[in-house]
Amino acid sequence: MTPRRRRIALVVGILAGVSLAALLAARAFQDNVMFFFDPSQVAAGSAPLDKRFRLGGMVRPGTVARTAGSLEMRFVVTDFQRDVPVRYSGVVPDLFRENQGVVAHGKLGSDGIFVADEILAKHDENYMPPEVARAIKEKHGGVMPVNPDIRNGPRT
Amino acid sequence: MIPELGHFMLVLALAAAVAQAFFGIAGPALGRQAWIDVTRSAVIAQFVLVSLSLAALVYAFVQNDFSVEYVAANSNTALPVGYRIAAVWGAHEGSLLLWAWIMVAWTLAVALLSRNLTPEFAARVLGVLGLIAIGFLLFTLATSNPFARLDPAAPDGRDLNPLLQDPALAMHPPLLYAGYVGLSVAFAFACAAMIEGRLDAAWARWARPWTTVAWALLTVGIALGSWWAYYELGWGGYWFWDPVENASFMPWLVATALIHSLAVTEKRGLFKSWTLLLAILGFSLSLLGTFLVRSGVLVSVHSFAADPTRGLFILAFLVIIIGGALALYAWRAPLLRSEAGFELTARESFLLFNNILLMVAAAAVFAGTMAPLISDALGLGTLSVGRQYYDPVFLLPTLPLLAFAAVGLHSGWKKGRLGQRKREILGTLVLGVLIALALVFGASEGAKVLTPVGFALGAWLLLSAFVDPIDRWRRKLALPPAILGMALAHASLGVFVISITAVESYTLERDLALGIGESGKLGDYEYRLVSLEGKEGPNYDALRGEIIVTKGGRQVAVLHPEKRNYWIQRQQMTEAGIDMQWTRDIFAALGEDLGAGRWSVRAQVRPLINYVWLAALLMAIGGIIAACDRRYRKGDEEVP
Repeated sequence: MTPRRRRIALVVGILAGVSLAALLAARAFQDNVMFFFDPSQVAAGSAPLDKRFRLGGMVRPGTVARTAGSLEMRFVVTDFQRDVPVRYSGVVPDLFRENQGVVAHGKLGSDGIFVADEILAKHDENYMPPEVARAIKEKHGGVMPVNPDIRNGPRT
Repeated sequence: MIPELGHFMLVLALAAAVAQAFFGIAGPALGRQAWIDVTRSAVIAQFVLVSLSLAALVYAFVQNDFSVEYVAANSNTALPVGYRIAAVWGAHEGSLLLWAWIMVAWTLAVALLSRNLTPEFAARVLGVLGLIAIGFLLFTLATSNPFARLDPAAPDGRDLNPLLQDPALAMHPPLLYAGYVGLSVAFAFACAAMIEGRLDAAWARWARPWTTVAWALLTVGIALGSWWAYYELGWGGYWFWDPVENASFMPWLVATALIHSLAVTEKRGLFKSWTLLLAILGFSLSLLGTFLVRSGVLVSVHSFAADPTRGLFILAFLVIIIGGALALYAWRAPLLRSEAGFELTARESFLLFNNILLMVAAAAVFAGTMAPLISDALGLGTLSVGRQYYDPVFLLPTLPLLAFAAVGLHSGWKKGRLGQRKREILGTLVLGVLIALALVFGASEGAKVLTPVGFALGAWLLLSAFVDPIDRWRRKLALPPAILGMALAHASLGVFVISITAVESYTLERDLALGIGESGKLGDYEYRLVSLEGKEGPNYDALRGEIIVTKGGRQVAVLHPEKRNYWIQRQQMTEAGIDMQWTRDIFAALGEDLGAGRWSVRAQVRPLINYVWLAALLMAIGGIIAACDRRYRKGDEEVP
C-alpha cells in the first residue's frame, strides 16, 4: 500500500468504526438507559408504566414487612411527600434498613406497586445516593429531615 | 511532632519537584549542562522526602496517633497492625500521598534506569514528570492534608471501613495507582519527544518497556479489585460496569492500544503521531478517572468523598495537563511524519485495526460513564447506564478485535504473507471451532447465541498465540522474552474470553430461604443449611453458617458464609462462602433473618470463573516478561 492509500484506508476505517459505534451506542442508549424517579414523580404519573426505571427515596420506618420465612418482602419508599409501595423477592443488601436511602430497579405495575428486581443500598452507613439526597432535599427546602448522620457522601 | 515533620517533608518535596521540573525542562532548552545534571539529584531528593512523609503517616497509624484527624477517621486500636498500615490508603488523603509516592518512585526508576537515554532527553522526561508531581503535591497540601491535627485528640479511632479490611483490597490501590501513574511515564516520554521534535525507533524502544510494565500493573490492579468485589461484596460477579470500574478500565483500553501502536512505531517507524496521542490520552484518562472517583460527581458503589473543591482542583489540573499536552501535540506532531508503506494483510494493518477497535470500545465505555453526568448537567433528568447498555456496545468492537488478533498473530511485518500461513490460520480456526463445539455440547444446557462464538474465538486466539513460539522451537531458533511474553499475554486473553463466555452462559444463581436442616435447589445442586453459629473476630462478631452442597446425592462442597458485625462502625458485612475448584466455584452468601427460623441465602454456581482473574494475572506476567527483554536495554545505536 502506498502511504496515500494507507492514509485514506485509515481515515475511512476510523470514520466507519466511529460512526457505526456512535449509531449503535445511541440505539443501545435509547433502549437501555434507566431514568430515576422519586415517589412524587411516580405519584404524578411521570414514570413510565412499561419500562424499567430506578425508584429512589427513603425506606419509610415501620413499613418493611415480610412473609415470615419467605423471600417475599414489601416496603414503602417515600420522599416525605408521597409514598410508593415496593414488592421484592430476594436478598437485600447489608445496608438496607428502615429510614435509610435506597434505590430500587424495576417496573411499576398497573396496581401502583413497584415490582423491584434489584435493590441497591450503599457501602457506608452514612452514605446516601446523591440523587435520593437531592430529591428529598428539594422537598424540604434544603434541610435533611431525618437521620442527622446522613450526608451526601461518606465520611472522608 | 512526627506528623508535623511528615507535613514539612511534603512541603520540601514540593520544592524539590519544582526544581526537578524547572531544571529538567529549562536545562536542555538553554543548553546548560549543570542544570541537566542537577535534575537527577532533585528526583532523588523528592523521593527521599516523599518517602519520609509517607513513613510519618504509616508511623502515626501504627502508633494509633488519634490526634491526627485522618488516623482517627480510619483506624482503631482494635484494628490488626497489617490493616492499620493498609488504612494509610484507606481513604482520600492517604491515597493521594501514596499516589505521590508511587509517582516519585516511578520517576526515580526512570532517573536510575535511563543511562542509555541522552542526558537532554532524560532531563526532559524527568522535568515533565516533575510538573505532574507538582500538581499532585499541591493538591495534597492544599486540599487533602493527611497530617491535619484533631484537637482534642480522639480517644479512639472510627476504624477502617470494614469492606476494606481484606488482603486483596489492601493491595488493590497500590497496584492500581502504580498502573495509573506508570502511564505518566509514557506521557512524559511523549511530551519530551514532542519538545525535542525527534521520535525514532530508539525512542519507541525506550518507551515500550515502561508502558508495558505500567499496563501490566494496571491489569493486576483491576483484576484484584474485581476479585475482591466477587468474594467480598457478596454479589458474586466479576464486573459490574460501575463508573469507578470504568474509570480504571478506560485507561487500560487505551494503554493496551498504546503498547500495540508502540510496537509498530518501534519496528516500522509508523503511527508516530498516533502513538503520541495515545500516550497523552492514556494518562489523561487516568487523571479523569481520579477526578471522577475523587470529586464525588459519580453515583457509584465506590463513591469516595464528595468535595467540590477537590473536584475543581483536579479538573483544573486535568485541563492544564491535557490542554498543555494537546497544544504541544498540535504544534509539534506534524514534524513527526512517518513515511512507509505496508500491505493490507501486514501486521501493521492488524495492529491498526486493534487500535481502532480498542478506541471504539473505550469510547463506548466513556460515553456510558459520562452520559449520566452530562444528562444531569444539562437538566435532562437523572439516568443510569447499566449492563444492558455496556454488554452489547462493548462486545461489538471486541468480538472482531479477537478475530483480528487471532489472524494478526500469524502475519508478518510489512508484508502479511498470510497466503503462506494459511495452514496455521485455518488449522487453529478449525481446532478452535471444534473445541467450542465440544464445550457447548459437553455442558448440559444454557448455551446462548454467543456461547459458541466466545468459546471459538477464545480457543482460536489461545492456539494462535502458541504457533509462533512452537514454530521457533521446532526450527531451533531463539525464543526471546519479548516473543514469549507476547504469546503468553495473547494466550491468556484467549483463556480470559473462554472463561467469561462460560461464566456468562452457564452461571446458576438463585436466592433461597433456608431454615436449619432445610435444603433448596439450584439447578442440579442442592444447598442444605446445616448450622448457624456465633463467632468472634478481632474487631467484629459474626454469624457463621455451614452449608453442605450436594449434587446427585453426593457431597461436592461445604461452605462457610459469614455475616459480620463490625463493632466500631456498627456495620454489617457479608463474607461469602466460596468453594473454589478448577472447573467451577460454588458460592453462598448469607442474606438476612427472614423470620420463622429461616435465612435468605444467595446461592450461585459459576463455571471457570477463577480463570478470569488467573488469565488477567498471566496476561500481566506476559507483559512483564516481554518488558524484560534485553533488546530494550541495549544502547540506542543498535537499531534493528
